[in-house]
Amino acid sequence: MNFDMGQYGAYIWPAYAISALALGGLSVWTVAAWRRAKARLAALEKPRAEKPRRETNT
Amino acid sequence: MNWLFKYANPHNFMRLSNVVLPVAAIATVLCLVAGLYFSFSVPPDYQQGTTITLLFIHVPADLVAMAAYVVIAVCSLLSLVWRHPLSDTAARAAAPLGAVFTVLGLITGALWGKPMWGTYWVWDARLTSFLLLLFLYLGYMALWNAIEDEVRAGRAAAILAMISVVNIPIIKFSVDWWSTLHQGETIMAGKLAPVYLPPFLLMMAGYMLLFLTLWMMRIRTAIVERRARNLMVSA
Amino acid sequence: MSPFLTLLTRDIKLAARSGGGAALALSFFALVATLMPLGVGADLKLLARIAGGVLWVGAVLAALLSLDRLFQGDFEDGSLELIALSPLSLEMTSFAKIAAHWLSTGLPLTLLSPLLALMFNLAPAPMAILFVSLLLGTPAVSAVGAIGASLTLSLKRGGLILPLIILPLLAPVVIFGAGAVAAVSDGMAGTGALELLGAFAVAAVLLSPFAAAASVRLNLGN
Repeated sequence: MNFDMGQYGAYIWPAYAISALALGGLSVWTVAAWRRAKARLAALEKPRAEKPRRETNT
Repeated sequence: MNWLFKYANPHNFMRLSNVVLPVAAIATVLCLVAGLYFSFSVPPDYQQGTTITLLFIHVPADLVAMAAYVVIAVCSLLSLVWRHPLSDTAARAAAPLGAVFTVLGLITGALWGKPMWGTYWVWDARLTSFLLLLFLYLGYMALWNAIEDEVRAGRAAAILAMISVVNIPIIKFSVDWWSTLHQGETIMAGKLAPVYLPPFLLMMAGYMLLFLTLWMMRIRTAIVERRARNLMVSA
Repeated sequence: MSPFLTLLTRDIKLAARSGGGAALALSFFALVATLMPLGVGADLKLLARIAGGVLWVGAVLAALLSLDRLFQGDFEDGSLELIALSPLSLEMTSFAKIAAHWLSTGLPLTLLSPLLALMFNLAPAPMAILFVSLLLGTPAVSAVGAIGASLTLSLKRGGLILPLIILPLLAPVVIFGAGAVAAVSDGMAGTGALELLGAFAVAAVLLSPFAAAASVRLNLGN
């Protein structure tokens, strides 16, 4: 692999860096939101699962 | 059409995406890694020198930015005409992703422009059109956020998306017309030499797959959030 | 009088009563035209070159001012529901409101433009083209604006989103309108640009009532 970009390096590396940061940040944000949502749902579903079922007469 | 409605059911969508998502994620990583390897293994271009490497991250960003808006428009059509239940969610989920790719396209375009044309910002047809596309994204997201009732917000945003997408080719045409009027043709890369195809196609695929992966995840998140909200209401 | 004309005259009268209708838009237009030279300098040759663009942008912004109230006023006091139930279709209602808006803002702005163009040292030929371009283009501004207004009519602070939504859609109008003026200033024919502008305007005026009606229906809860 050739990393010598010559005179254009000053433009190429920031472009790649910003792209990596933006897309990486986007991915982190997306995964974090997913995890948060999953955790919240699990927390809400837990007490329901543990609630004892009441016997009915009929 | 029926298969589309099969996955309109959130439950079915979750089951489908449980399988597809990991595959897409892995494919994304593979394509991007391979693409990056090739991007830095190709010889410099005869005309553009080493800045040809910027093509591999600029054009894919631009194309995903455009594709995302088309996705939003298609979902909006499904929502308005066929009342496909998950499409509003899907459209809304795609918007921030598309906006980020648009910004990336603008930034990488500017960084490519400086060595090519001498200034960071150039009012060339492509950059200007993409700036307008960014505003379309922002307006779309703002409308979603402004209307409180989610169903109404979805319908209103769908109408806006349909109108905007009809306008995008017109905007592009008018900006092209304007740009040739003022500066003559600004030449972007002509035909791509075959040696540059592998990195370009791999990065293209990687970017598209990344969008798909993140999009699916955001739809799943929205479904789970709705379930949580319903539980809270009925508790 | 037909329901269409009734609504049309009513809206024009309402526009005149609240906020002065045309007066507000005209003052804003003139102010923008005044601030520009203060910002860029009084070089008359420069002003003549930028006149088309500055006056076009000023006209669009001035027309924007009264757009958010296009449907909102009637929505808030319940009149919109009554109008929806009337024999006049929502599409024709929207068309009437677009026409009323143009007559009370777009047209007055067009009529004021030669005076402002004079202040920008614009030559007679481009001045005439500016007039024609505004005459053709301001209906498009009202039409596209009506779409934005109907989408945001339920929002209390919808006025902030409205420009964000419709200004990108109006880019072609500004491009062709100002482009026509610039072409004639440079000694070329402006007809190409005017034709494109006219086509856009016709399409916008014919199609936007349908979009606006759909949005109104959506907001009325049908």
